[in-house]
Amino acid sequence: MNRIDKLFDQKKKNVLNVYCTAGYPHLNSTIEVLTALQQNGADLIEIGMPYSDPLADGPVIQQSNMVALENGMSISILFQQLQSVRATIQVPIILMGYMNPIMQYGLEKFCAAAEAVGVDGIILPDLPMYEFETTYQQLFEKHGLKFIFLVTPETSEARIRKIDGLSSGFLYAVSSSSTTGNNKAISDQSGYFKKLQNMQLKNPILVGFGIKDRATFQSAAANTNGAIIGSAYIKALQNSIDIQATTKEFLNTLLS
Amino acid sequence: MMTTKKNNFAVDEHGYYGDFGGAFIPEMLYPNVKQLQEQYLQIMYDPEFQKEFQQLLADYVGRPTPLFLAERLSAKHGVKIYLKREDLCHTGAHKINNTVGQILLAQRLGKTRIIAETGAGQHGVATATVCALKGLECIVYMGEKDIERQAPNVARMKMLGATVVPAVSGSKTLKDATNEAIRDWINNPVDTHYIIGSVVGPHPYPDMVARFQSVISKEIKKQLLEKTGSELPTHVIACVGGGSNAAGAFYHFLDDLTVQLVAVEAAGCGIDSGMSAATTQLGKPGILHGSKSLLMQTEDGQVTEPHSISAGLDYPGIGPLHAHLFKSGRAVFMSATDEEALKAAFEISRTEGIIPALETAHAFHVLNEMKFKKDDVVVICLSGRGDKDLDTYMKYV
Repeated sequence: MNRIDKLFDQKKKNVLNVYCTAGYPHLNSTIEVLTALQQNGADLIEIGMPYSDPLADGPVIQQSNMVALENGMSISILFQQLQSVRATIQVPIILMGYMNPIMQYGLEKFCAAAEAVGVDGIILPDLPMYEFETTYQQLFEKHGLKFIFLVTPETSEARIRKIDGLSSGFLYAVSSSSTTGNNKAISDQSGYFKKLQNMQLKNPILVGFGIKDRATFQSAAANTNGAIIGSAYIKALQNSIDIQATTKEFLNTLLS
Repeated sequence: MMTTKKNNFAVDEHGYYGDFGGAFIPEMLYPNVKQLQEQYLQIMYDPEFQKEFQQLLADYVGRPTPLFLAERLSAKHGVKIYLKREDLCHTGAHKINNTVGQILLAQRLGKTRIIAETGAGQHGVATATVCALKGLECIVYMGEKDIERQAPNVARMKMLGATVVPAVSGSKTLKDATNEAIRDWINNPVDTHYIIGSVVGPHPYPDMVARFQSVISKEIKKQLLEKTGSELPTHVIACVGGGSNAAGAFYHFLDDLTVQLVAVEAAGCGIDSGMSAATTQLGKPGILHGSKSLLMQTEDGQVTEPHSISAGLDYPGIGPLHAHLFKSGRAVFMSATDEEALKAAFEISRTEGIIPALETAHAFHVLNEMKFKKDDVVVICLSGRGDKDLDTYMKYV
């Protein structure tokens, strides 16, 4: 059974997915970050594959992408780093990124490599449903990779149902119309979260974008299965001299 | 209502020109892009819209722009060379053909806030102009580096009441200004319309912008018929960054296969110098700003920083229509270096009394590299005037 499905079988509430950027803060800190996140309470880990033009991301994650690229990070290096990740990391791992670097790496080769190292799911915000259905769906399925789509407060109910049908693993509910790391109020969105909950969708729901602390996490998780935190964690890592200590403090404050 | 033209070069229902195009956008942009996809043709070809659009093109933009026989240049090359004078459009370039169209569209969609990206500043000025005309808020994203090298256009946008926001990420040029504009749209989906200035972006933008710019080739046909007895030239030449003036100049000739279409890219310091913007020569298929096209990038798929002396051509991609014209062989792609473009700018200034934009100057250069027959009729799209580039030109006087 895929690790994501297994997780949601066992845990229905307050699931915490933490985003980190591969090769950030240092080229070789990826595994150290994953280990610290697992040890301190992350239920899932989303690894961002850095890109020169991350359209859906706000300034914090843009900056971490730039630093990671300057550090020399690439998809090939990431797969090398993840080669024996399953010896130490048991939580589900999701790769998040943009289409262009994967196209150049080769989509088939990418899916095969992801499966081989033990990746469980993929998030590609700039791969729309039409392209997914007509070209890519079978490839992800063949390699046992869950494909996680985004929905937003502007997404119509009919479209949410269609996206839910195509999504697997979970549904990524963007909290408000924004790029990542925004300051729009999560508490205003409880109606939208409740609507999603009442739709009785096939997939569990995790809320992302704008989750930055204990209060926003709880507010997002109250009517869904949990939440995704990214920019706030990257920000914490910006000035970190000890990744383990920073991660422990960050997650303790969030989950206490 | 006009329907989609049935030829090999028209966009299909999913936004593809052959292998290129599409709408690779995050879900946050879906409602806006979907709305445009569903409504743009209906709105554009509505008789009321057309009436207002044509009136503004005539009375505000100053269309039709002249088709001018450049006699001294013609004599030099031994052919007839006509210049399509888009430099005489209000605001000094072809960009306003599209912004007039899109502002009317934005009004019909009920949008109150307009955003745009700009490289050389011509599209920014053209957007600020129509926003002033219609009383809409205008925010223009411009690379920090371009703000420095295109100071007169920054001043014009401010004078027109627009807010100019520097894009400080990445290469700080047109690509990054476009990223910032798209992020703004993600953050403001309800009240905002994004006026893209070139034939790039997710479907329907490449087709929509090409249609608004197609007035250029429509007029060329009519004017050539009056002047020469035939509406078809042998060659149409235009510079290409994203490719909006070229798309407009080629549009009504795409199915006339006797017409040789020539697109001229910026070679910068030379194709192999590592400082170039010649996308068809250096690019591979890739996805940027919502569409699949040719793209300058590293082996890892990171988009590279192009170089051109002209801010308007300093873009690592090319519109999907042009990628298709390149791949299918319908258009010939040539290039001009910074130095060649400068030289051409001075030559046109002194043989025809017309100071062209640096972008346009690239198109003139290739006359020197082409072989013509004596009866050939060449049309060059003189896409913009050179006032904005005087700082650069003055260094070489």
